[in-house]
Amino acid sequence: MGKERITGSEALLRSLINEGVDTIFGYPGGSIMPVFDALYDHRNDFRNVLVRHEQGAVHAAQGYARSSGKVGVSIVTSGPGATNTLTGISDAMLDSTPVVVIAGQVSTGVLGTDAFQEIDFVGITQPITKWSYQIRRPEDIAWAVARAFYIAGSGRPGPVVLDFNKDAQVAMLDYEPAKVDCVRSYIPYPTPSRNAIEEAARLVNESQRPLLLVGQGVELGEAHEELKAFIEKADIPAARTLMGLSALPTDHPLCVGMLGMHGNYGPNFNTNECDLLIAVGMRFSDRVTGKLSTYAKQAKIVHIDIDHAEINKNVTVDVPIVGDCKEVLPLLTALVNKAEHKEWIESFARYNAIEHEKVTVKALNPGSGPLLMGEVARKVSEATANSAILVTDVGQNQMMSARYFKYTKPHSILTSGGLGTMGYGLPAAIGAKIAMPERTVCLFTGDGGMQMNIQELGTIMEQGTAVKIILLNNNYLGNVRQWQELFFNHRYSWTPMLNPDYALIAQGYGIPSRLVVERDELDDAIAEMLAAPGPFLLHVAVMEEANVMPMTPPGASVNEMIFE
Amino acid sequence: MDKKLFTIIIYTENIAGMLNQVTAEFTRRMMNIDTITASSSSVEGVHRYTISLWGEEDSVQKVTKRIEKKVDVLKADYYTDNEIFFQEVALYKLSTPVMLENSEVSRTIRHNNARVMEVNPTYTVVEVTGSTDDILRLYDEFVAQNCMLQFVKSGRVAVPRSAQEVLGEYLFNEDYKRKPVKDVE
Repeated sequence: MGKERITGSEALLRSLINEGVDTIFGYPGGSIMPVFDALYDHRNDFRNVLVRHEQGAVHAAQGYARSSGKVGVSIVTSGPGATNTLTGISDAMLDSTPVVVIAGQVSTGVLGTDAFQEIDFVGITQPITKWSYQIRRPEDIAWAVARAFYIAGSGRPGPVVLDFNKDAQVAMLDYEPAKVDCVRSYIPYPTPSRNAIEEAARLVNESQRPLLLVGQGVELGEAHEELKAFIEKADIPAARTLMGLSALPTDHPLCVGMLGMHGNYGPNFNTNECDLLIAVGMRFSDRVTGKLSTYAKQAKIVHIDIDHAEINKNVTVDVPIVGDCKEVLPLLTALVNKAEHKEWIESFARYNAIEHEKVTVKALNPGSGPLLMGEVARKVSEATANSAILVTDVGQNQMMSARYFKYTKPHSILTSGGLGTMGYGLPAAIGAKIAMPERTVCLFTGDGGMQMNIQELGTIMEQGTAVKIILLNNNYLGNVRQWQELFFNHRYSWTPMLNPDYALIAQGYGIPSRLVVERDELDDAIAEMLAAPGPFLLHVAVMEEANVMPMTPPGASVNEMIFE
Repeated sequence: MDKKLFTIIIYTENIAGMLNQVTAEFTRRMMNIDTITASSSSVEGVHRYTISLWGEEDSVQKVTKRIEKKVDVLKADYYTDNEIFFQEVALYKLSTPVMLENSEVSRTIRHNNARVMEVNPTYTVVEVTGSTDDILRLYDEFVAQNCMLQFVKSGRVAVPRSAQEVLGEYLFNEDYKRKPVKDVE
């Protein structure tokens, strides 16, 4: 292809087009003005979603990426524009979400002089990105963008930052598209060890009580079918982490529920009963393991992960398999015997029945009293034929909607698992709906998280993004209140919260809303929300002092869940 | 667990900001680096870091893996002292008038195989290569002889005792074995 003389800003946009980007979540400002000026000529190539705060830009890019499998893109200015993205970048790092954040930077000549809106963005973001790079020369633009997308999207995905100096934005260059598909110091898809796979297969074939843990790695690796083939052949019950909930359909006969602090009793209890634990694309987070010193001590452990640094990080394993689960699982399936573990699988149902009786029945059918989060979540899930994308904020709304939603399709849960970012939900839901317009996107948020990025209602208004917002309002920072009740002697230190009139706020943004207080209105209100052609705010007044149960108390073992 | 002295050898691309990326992994755990030496390696464009620190093997192993995971790090491995050859260099700036008065100083220099780099009426510069213990013992002797003006010691440099050439094999194998970018589904 011939070279063409263009500006650095134009080269950036052409490089983005070259990577297949058609949607940007951006916010203009001083040091990125040349790029936005060039963007004005590319209105047909890109949909730029003008967010209302740069934190929203990154969360929206995350929602876009997680729901579609593509790399999300944010463009912001230097200084405060850049620092406002840090929470989103950190969130993407912990949850392995591929995003590329492009920030303006002051001109090269004034770097280090405390110039207006100058901060050391590369220095700040190095610990929270896969790669952070400053583009100082226009001739580096095409290469840097290509490398950014390659690194963000390959292997274990993650955020990449490009810090783009203003002088490089305006300088002229002879543009030539670039492609990066190899970095010699980076092995995104390690070759799994044949010996390790054979050893793992031997353990599977010897096991009487195997348990498989499904993490987000299965979703990121698009290994849904490979996973099913493996567990179906060897008849292995599978439990999902919060991040991996939609990696295996809820109603799959071998799906035994959710792991974790507020997960299901069966898989948590049986983690300490199984004789073989097979972890696939998950990182043994402390929310999953509870007390490490008593975690699955009786079991042999096989850990399949694409990231070498995850092996033996939290849990020492017997057989590590470093590789892409989409490649590893079929190799394993070929080596394992067809098996049956009927009694073992039934034992999960027995423990889950205890949870059902002590917790779930009351959560879903309380009969009288104030509305509960669980029943709202289950009803919304069923009203969408269990096919919606669930986006959650963080806290009780997150745990209850994750627990009671049902998942039938891949990429159907978007939640801040690692960083636990309040305020993630609303912008992430916008990104998801923009990426997947044909899917219903249901955001469950609380009155706390809603107000952390409430300004993004403006983005919904402007874009007409048909996000269904279910605001579970208990007038508390509910999860912290629950901990205060259980572990801080009922001392509700700054968790009660005075709320605004959400109907008026929604009205101000032109978003239809409905308040539901009574149980008998719920079905009708959900139907109204889902029938609305655009966005809708369903404001549900839920019980103020309800707790998420069951729960593995902090410091307790996975088999020591409490029910009330 | 007991703390031991470990040496981490890291190969990285030679790019700005790399040192910050490496040391940030120690900062995050508040692990204090004892010595650090960074310079070009035998491979063009590749930098070599030698970092020594006291720590528990478990955390040293984890931090080494996290460093190797960084995109522009080619290889990172950790060693105990019996797995490597290592040396440090020290320079001692001594008072020439004191040396002329006290012949013990010259004897100390010869006895320790130190090399005299410069002599002038004011000061003498002496260089020694050896272990930390050797270098510090000599320092103590010069201080006792009251001739010490200035002292500096490098971080350690080290080569593994293993006959395998880690980086050469790494570059050869991985570069050629590397799979193309995964197809987007």
